[in-house]
Amino acid sequence: MLHCLPVFRQDACASGFLGLSSMPLIRLIDYSLTYPMFHGSARSLKKSLFKGVRNKVADRKSAGGSIVSNSDTTVVLALSQLTLSIESGERVGLIGHNGAGKSTLLRALAGIYESSLGVLHVEGDLHALLSPQAGMNTDLTGRENIRLYARYIGLSDSATVELEADVEAFAELGAFLDLPVRLYSSGMAIRLGFGLATAPRPEVLLMDEWFMAGDSHFQEKARERLTRLIEHVRILVITSHSLPILRQWCTRIIWMEGGRIRMDGPPDLVIDAYKAVNHG
Amino acid sequence: MSQSRYARAWDDLASGLRSWRLAATLGWTDVRLRYRGSVLGPFWLTLSALVMVVSMGVIYARLFHMNLREYLPFLSLSMALWQVGLSSLLLESCTCFIDAEASIHAMKLPFSLQALRLLVRNAIVFAHSIVVPIGVFVIYGVSPGLISLVSLPGLALWMIDGFASCLLLGALCARFRDIPPIMGAFLQIAFYVTPIIWKPSQLSPRQSALLMLNPFYDLLELVRAPIFGTLPSLPVVMISVGLSAFWCFIAFLFFARTRARLAFWV
Repeated sequence: MLHCLPVFRQDACASGFLGLSSMPLIRLIDYSLTYPMFHGSARSLKKSLFKGVRNKVADRKSAGGSIVSNSDTTVVLALSQLTLSIESGERVGLIGHNGAGKSTLLRALAGIYESSLGVLHVEGDLHALLSPQAGMNTDLTGRENIRLYARYIGLSDSATVELEADVEAFAELGAFLDLPVRLYSSGMAIRLGFGLATAPRPEVLLMDEWFMAGDSHFQEKARERLTRLIEHVRILVITSHSLPILRQWCTRIIWMEGGRIRMDGPPDLVIDAYKAVNHG
Repeated sequence: MSQSRYARAWDDLASGLRSWRLAATLGWTDVRLRYRGSVLGPFWLTLSALVMVVSMGVIYARLFHMNLREYLPFLSLSMALWQVGLSSLLLESCTCFIDAEASIHAMKLPFSLQALRLLVRNAIVFAHSIVVPIGVFVIYGVSPGLISLVSLPGLALWMIDGFASCLLLGALCARFRDIPPIMGAFLQIAFYVTPIIWKPSQLSPRQSALLMLNPFYDLLELVRAPIFGTLPSLPVVMISVGLSAFWCFIAFLFFARTRARLAFWV
């Protein structure tokens, strides 16, 4: 699939060559990720050239990861020395405050963010549900977006027809399916995005929390569709603020704080500890 | 990570080329969306090119004391080549990755896919605007002959350069957002110092030798000269190929060094 980094595919080939069964797995060793945030004149080539390089580095602490500022460029240490191994069959929930690094970790696992610090190794066919509008063009109609998405995930023509029928039945958009997506209400757009994103059947599924949105009728349908998907996947990594959902679905919870793992263990243990800190 | 950044950049290019079907779909979609709801569709481009060439042709033929029969085919072809092939390709390559921000953040896709998409888009636009010079050639009975096929390798070289521009300028502009206006100003100057509305033969021999140093002139001649029945001169070919190789080399180095950070920049 397109979502695989070439490096993953190579690893999969290598293990197949050695006669090992290629079970999907996720492995992080001392993995750190920093990203720059530019503000002020750091976005300007002219100003950056004139200013030259200043070495005024100031350390500051904040709610998120550690932050290092260099006048107009801020480097955020979003993930800090994570060591973690997720085997086939595990369903992992990520919890933590906003800015704790949950979404960044998902993006790193998906191969969208890359870092050369430490080791990140993902084996298996991976699919990430990170944004309801992923790859969607709001000027295209719903139907056109379905076809475009089919192209994105590399479906054949006959599979595209199936996808179209499947998503059409799920999203219940009626005549709106042939209107541009920008005319949709936010609920309709989510229904379409959800229907599309949950169509592939990957081995490793990464999921961000927006999947819990929507009206109650939709939520029931969505949960049914998700359950079918999750039964199929070998590894699930999900972020959510909804503790009951995590308790119900996950076999393991990782509590993140400031880009580090604060606690890692069975759902009841970690969620109770998390609740105790946040509500007690 | 097990691979060097160069190997990863190379993999990015390879998987981008493999997903050419997606790139073609995206490129088509871009053009369709740009002209959705207009009666003429992409032929608006043809119409605006026509109006421009006719009005400029009449004025400059008078200014340069040339007859329209000689000047208009030259002007119409030069304008079509410059506007789509060189100018807009370079300008759009600046926003190659910035425009794809949403999908870059949401999905793992090869970055080179966006460069291919831009090439497809510009090729489609080019096919529409080339109608004007073809029409002018027919009206004035200018037939380019078989030698014009020599311009095809030149066009291929333009595509390769355009691809490299996307990787280089696209990445650079994702980091520094003030480059596109600088680029626009630069292209404005290039338009006047490159023989597009004027002919190289209007300069003295010594001056036209200096023209060789303008890479836009060399690239333009590579495609334009065969259509008017002459082979591009050897220095023109050598400078074009040499500069393109250098451009691609720089682009690959820069792309390899910045690729991992692009997702943070856009």
